[in-house]
Amino acid sequence: MSQEALFELKQVEKSFVKGKETISIFNDLNMTIDRGDFLAIMGPSGSGKTTLLNMLGGVDQPSGGEIWFDGARMDNLSESKLTQWRAHNIGFIFQFYNLMPMLNAARNVELPLLLTRLSRSQRKRSVEAALALVGLSDRAKHMTSEMSGGQQQRVAIARAIVSDPKLILCDEPTGDLDRTTADEILEMLQLLNRDHGKTIVMVTHDPAAASYARQTVHLDKGKFVHKEVLA
Amino acid sequence: MTSLFAQIGTVAMMNIRSLPRRLWMSLAMVLASAVVVAILLAFLAMAKGFESTMNSAGSDRVAVMMREGSAAEINSVITREQVNLIEESPGIARDTEGAPLVSPELYVIVDGLKKSSATKANIPLRGINTTGMAMRGNMQLVEGRMFTAGTNELIVGTGVLREFDGFALGEEVRFGKNVWTVVGVFTTGGNVFESELWADVKVIQSHYDRGSSYQTIRAQLETPGDISGLEKTIELEPRLNLEVQTESAYFAAQGKQLEYMAIFGRVISAIMALGALAGALNTMYTSVADRAKEIATLRTLGFSNLSAFCGTMIEALVLSAAGGLLGSAAAFLFFDGLSASTLGGSFTQVVFSFEMSPDLFAQGAQLALLIGFTSGFFPAWRAARLPVIVAFRAAT
Repeated sequence: MSQEALFELKQVEKSFVKGKETISIFNDLNMTIDRGDFLAIMGPSGSGKTTLLNMLGGVDQPSGGEIWFDGARMDNLSESKLTQWRAHNIGFIFQFYNLMPMLNAARNVELPLLLTRLSRSQRKRSVEAALALVGLSDRAKHMTSEMSGGQQQRVAIARAIVSDPKLILCDEPTGDLDRTTADEILEMLQLLNRDHGKTIVMVTHDPAAASYARQTVHLDKGKFVHKEVLA
Repeated sequence: MTSLFAQIGTVAMMNIRSLPRRLWMSLAMVLASAVVVAILLAFLAMAKGFESTMNSAGSDRVAVMMREGSAAEINSVITREQVNLIEESPGIARDTEGAPLVSPELYVIVDGLKKSSATKANIPLRGINTTGMAMRGNMQLVEGRMFTAGTNELIVGTGVLREFDGFALGEEVRFGKNVWTVVGVFTTGGNVFESELWADVKVIQSHYDRGSSYQTIRAQLETPGDISGLEKTIELEPRLNLEVQTESAYFAAQGKQLEYMAIFGRVISAIMALGALAGALNTMYTSVADRAKEIATLRTLGFSNLSAFCGTMIEALVLSAAGGLLGSAAAFLFFDGLSASTLGGSFTQVVFSFEMSPDLFAQGAQLALLIGFTSGFFPAWRAARLPVIVAFRAAT
C-alpha cells in the first residue's frame, strides 16, 4: 500500500446468491483511493457502484479479496468492529438525507459525536462549528422536517463531517435536489475536499455532479471501464 | 459505557418522540394493557376486600368453639350443658365479679331483599348477649338504641343497611311468623359482623325452637392467642365434642374462601394478556418497520445494535407502563371502596368493599411490564438485526 493510498481493494469479488443462481457483481476488482482525493463513481444501474460504496463503507463485505484502509485490513472485521470502524472513520451522505425527523438540526449533527468520549460542551462546540461550515448556524434549533431539501442535505453534510472522519461517502447526494441547490451542495463538497483535506467518494448518475470531483471512474458490469482525471 | 448510554438514551428518545406517527397503534397497545391490568386489579381487589372484611373481624383475644366437624357456625349445635362446662375452663378471662366472659350465640338465616338485584338473599340473624357484644371491641351503635332483652327488637349492621332493602331504623321486618322492629344500627369497623342482624339470643331460641341450644361459644381469653387451657378442658371432658380456635384463625380460614376469585382473576387476566400481547407485538413490529430506515441510518453512523434493541424495548415498556398506569387509575376510580356482597361460609351474604392496596398496584405494574417486555423483545431483536443496507434504499 502506497503512502498516499487511503483505500486499497485487491482482487475483490462480490457475488449474491439468488435462488439457485449465483450472481457475480465484481470479479477481481482492484482499486486505490488516495488521501485527499475526490472520486466520483459513475455507471448505469446495476453496474455495482452502490455495492462498491457499501463495501467501502463497511456496510457490506466482499465475497473474496482484500480491502485495506489506512494500512489495516478491514474486510475480515466482525460486524461490531465494522460498526466501530465506521463510527471513527467514515461520514455518510445519503441521497434522501436520512435525517431524524424528530430531532432538530443540531441534535442530528450531534449523533456521530454520541459515539465518542467528548463531553457535552465539547460536542456542542463541534456541532456549532460543523453547522457554521455548512452555513446553517441560525437554523440549529429548527426541526429538519421544516427545512428545504438543500438545507437538509447541508445538515447531513454537517453530520458527516462533525466527527472529523478520514473519508466521506456520498450516495447520490444531489439526486433529490434541483440543479441550483445541487450545485451549492457540490461546491460545499468540493470545499471540504480542497480546503479541509477530506477524502470523498461519491456515487452519482449525474455527469454535472461528477464534474466537481478530481477524478471520475466509470463502472460497467462490475469493471472499471473508464477513468477520467478532472483536476 | 457512557457512549452506550448516550446512544440508548438518544434512540429511546427518538422512538418516544416518533410515537405520534403511530398514534392509533400505540394507543391500542396502551389501552390493551390498561384493560388487562384493570381486570386483574378488579378481581384482586374483590378477593382482598373480602379477605380484609373477614380477617379484621377476628381477634386473638377471643376463642371460638363449635361442634367437632362443623366447618361454619351454621352447622354447629352446642348444648347449655356444654356451655356450662366451658365456663369452668381455665384460660378464660373473668369480669370484676369473677363471672367468666363467655358468649353462647345462635346463628340463624333470614331472608333479605338485595338492593342491587331485587332478589332474596340470606342474612345471618345472630342471637347474642351483652358479653358477646363487649367481645366485639369495635362495635358501636351509630343510630337508634340497643335492643331490649326479651323483645322482638333487633339492631342492624351498616353493611346490611347498605346492601338490603327494608332494614331502616324503625322499620318492621317479618321473618316467618315473627315481626321484628329495627331499633338500632351498628358498625364494627367494616368487618364481617356488619353483615349481620343482632337480637337477644333467648328470643331467637324461642322463635326458632332451639330450646336451650346454641351454635357457637365465644370466650374472652386470659392471654391473647393462648387457647391451651380450653383445649385441655375439651380433651379431658368427653361431653365436650368441640373444636376450639382463636377467632382470628377462624376468620382467616373463612377469608380464604374468595381466594379462588384472585386465582380466577389471574387466569382471566393471563388469557386477556395473551390477546393484548398479540396486539402489542403487532404494534411493536409496526414500530420497527416504521423506523427501519432511521434504525439502519443510526447503525450506519456507528450506533450499536444494542442501542437499537434497548430503544425498542424502552418504547414497549413505556407504552405498557402507560397502560398499566391507566388501568390502575381506572380500577382505583371504579372499584376501590365499591360495596358488594357474596355468599359466605355459612350460606349467608357477607357484605364487603373492594380494596385496592399498594401490593395490588405492584402486581398490576408487574403485569403491564411483563406485557411490555414480552411484546418488545422480539421486535427489538429484529431492530437489532436489521440490515444496515436498508439506510441506502430509497425513501419509503
